[in-house]
Amino acid sequence: MKSVVLIKRVPDTASVFTINDAQSGVDTSRLKFVMSPYDEHAVQEAVNLKATAGGEVVVVTLGPPEDKEKLLTALAMGADRAVLITGDGIDSLGHRGIAEALAAVVREEAPEVVFAGKQAVDDDGSQIPERVAELLGWSHASVVTRFSLEGTTATVDREIEGGLLTLEVPLPAVFSTEKGINKPDYPKLPNIMKAKKKPLEEKSFADLGLTAADLAAKVTVTQMSLPRQERLNKLLEGDSATQVAALVQVLKEDEKVL
Amino acid sequence: MSVLVLLEQRGVLKPSALEAATAAAAIAQASGLELNAVYIGQSLADQASELAGFGIKSVYAYEHSDLGHYSNDAYVPIVRDLVEELGATVIIGSASALGKELCASVAARLGVELVQDAIACRWENGLHATKPVYAGKVVSEVAVNDSPAMVSLRPNVTAVARNGEDAPEILQREMPSVSLRTVLKEAAEAATGTVDLTEAKIVVSAGRGVGGPEHLPVVEALATAMGAAFGASRAVVDAGWIHHSHQVGQTGKVVSPDVYVACGISGAIQHQAGMRTSRVIVAINKDPQANIFKICDYGIVGDLFEICPLLTEAVKLAKG
Repeated sequence: MKSVVLIKRVPDTASVFTINDAQSGVDTSRLKFVMSPYDEHAVQEAVNLKATAGGEVVVVTLGPPEDKEKLLTALAMGADRAVLITGDGIDSLGHRGIAEALAAVVREEAPEVVFAGKQAVDDDGSQIPERVAELLGWSHASVVTRFSLEGTTATVDREIEGGLLTLEVPLPAVFSTEKGINKPDYPKLPNIMKAKKKPLEEKSFADLGLTAADLAAKVTVTQMSLPRQERLNKLLEGDSATQVAALVQVLKEDEKVL
Repeated sequence: MSVLVLLEQRGVLKPSALEAATAAAAIAQASGLELNAVYIGQSLADQASELAGFGIKSVYAYEHSDLGHYSNDAYVPIVRDLVEELGATVIIGSASALGKELCASVAARLGVELVQDAIACRWENGLHATKPVYAGKVVSEVAVNDSPAMVSLRPNVTAVARNGEDAPEILQREMPSVSLRTVLKEAAEAATGTVDLTEAKIVVSAGRGVGGPEHLPVVEALATAMGAAFGASRAVVDAGWIHHSHQVGQTGKVVSPDVYVACGISGAIQHQAGMRTSRVIVAINKDPQANIFKICDYGIVGDLFEICPLLTEAVKLAKG
């Protein structure tokens, strides 16, 4: 059972952001980067699948050379090989182009299963796994909290608002992972050392038969800003009973929400 | 050249469908484009009356017992084919769990970009959208230069607005024959009486301040009294006190209720990311220095074990 895992390197979720002077993006110079948390679940699920079904785990990302560092993390978690799509024009892609480049690698690798986090916690695009599946003509299921495999059919649970769907999905297929599907095992030192000896291949758009111009984003950022919302910051006074009475009063009379 | 709105249903039309229709109506008006809608489900029947007043010309209704539940295999080709048939140049969908899946899949099939989970969109010589990134810590204004231009709209942030009573014509469509590869084995509804976090008008959340899983009922009772969904901070989820589906924050749910009540939550930046767009924020915490007080509208510095039961009773009284 061969699987491919799609990951992304993103700013740590504890990051505090500042906007650049041109108001066109965030200042990333002082941020700490991690593997997107949902992608950790994707890597772990592929490693778990290999433990029971055998095969190979190939981890893939697209981005600048710095992204190798997170591929190494995935290799230390148990992936066997890594592919980095990088080179000129890498920054100019939108979700459409990123999905096309990733799908090209998946097509070459021809796995039975693809795992990817349900969304990357930087741009919160929430569309790459579905796009890759559709580009390949494969089945897919999103926001998976349970994955099991019998033969060439996966049974998965998928959360929706106020409910849970259980789906049977024939392979090959793409699954996007949600927290709760597993507990990622963070790599131990010996595995981190071993990861450095595992194969890590770089590919350019040309290697994949693509051009940056064809993949370029057709959504442009016109402005980025920090959300500003005026808050009342009103601390209620008095003893507990008085504070509670005052709160119920404002919620009912002023805010009209009770 | 027209606008197409994707009407989401789960048995009945979802509020998010009417929110998307409201946003699409504004786009149609500003651009002068015709507005149409697509419904895929078991039966639109008498709910068609809810679609009056948005200026929708035609609702393309694909009604079939096999279309009651969402299916990539069935829904995606229907929408793609209809977009091409109508020559739709703007597509507005819902960024609900299933709406996001549909929009991402349709965008891929059409080979176009998609702004997923926008909180607003508008027409200004083209489609523009307001899209929170980094879980809302940063807000991005974007222009969509693709055709069709596609946006999915976050539920619960657009006030439904109708203008007049004009009802659209309902055009019945045959369900195209497709092979359903993925099989829905079971659709379990959450226990009755529970309110979903992302669609809730009120959310009451518990943080590390509750001390342990045995104390969660103190906060949950308040949620029940307020008719609220019950949320939790990451600390509570990571400690294993409650299922992750309750988590509010950057790696949990992003909520925008009318009122958010944070009980024993310090207000870590990744938690703020999940609730900062709430209309009114109430904080209950015994630490007056807690970050949550910097972003709240009303704060009570006090012990939640004393405040929550008092508040529960007071709310019950106030609601009669």
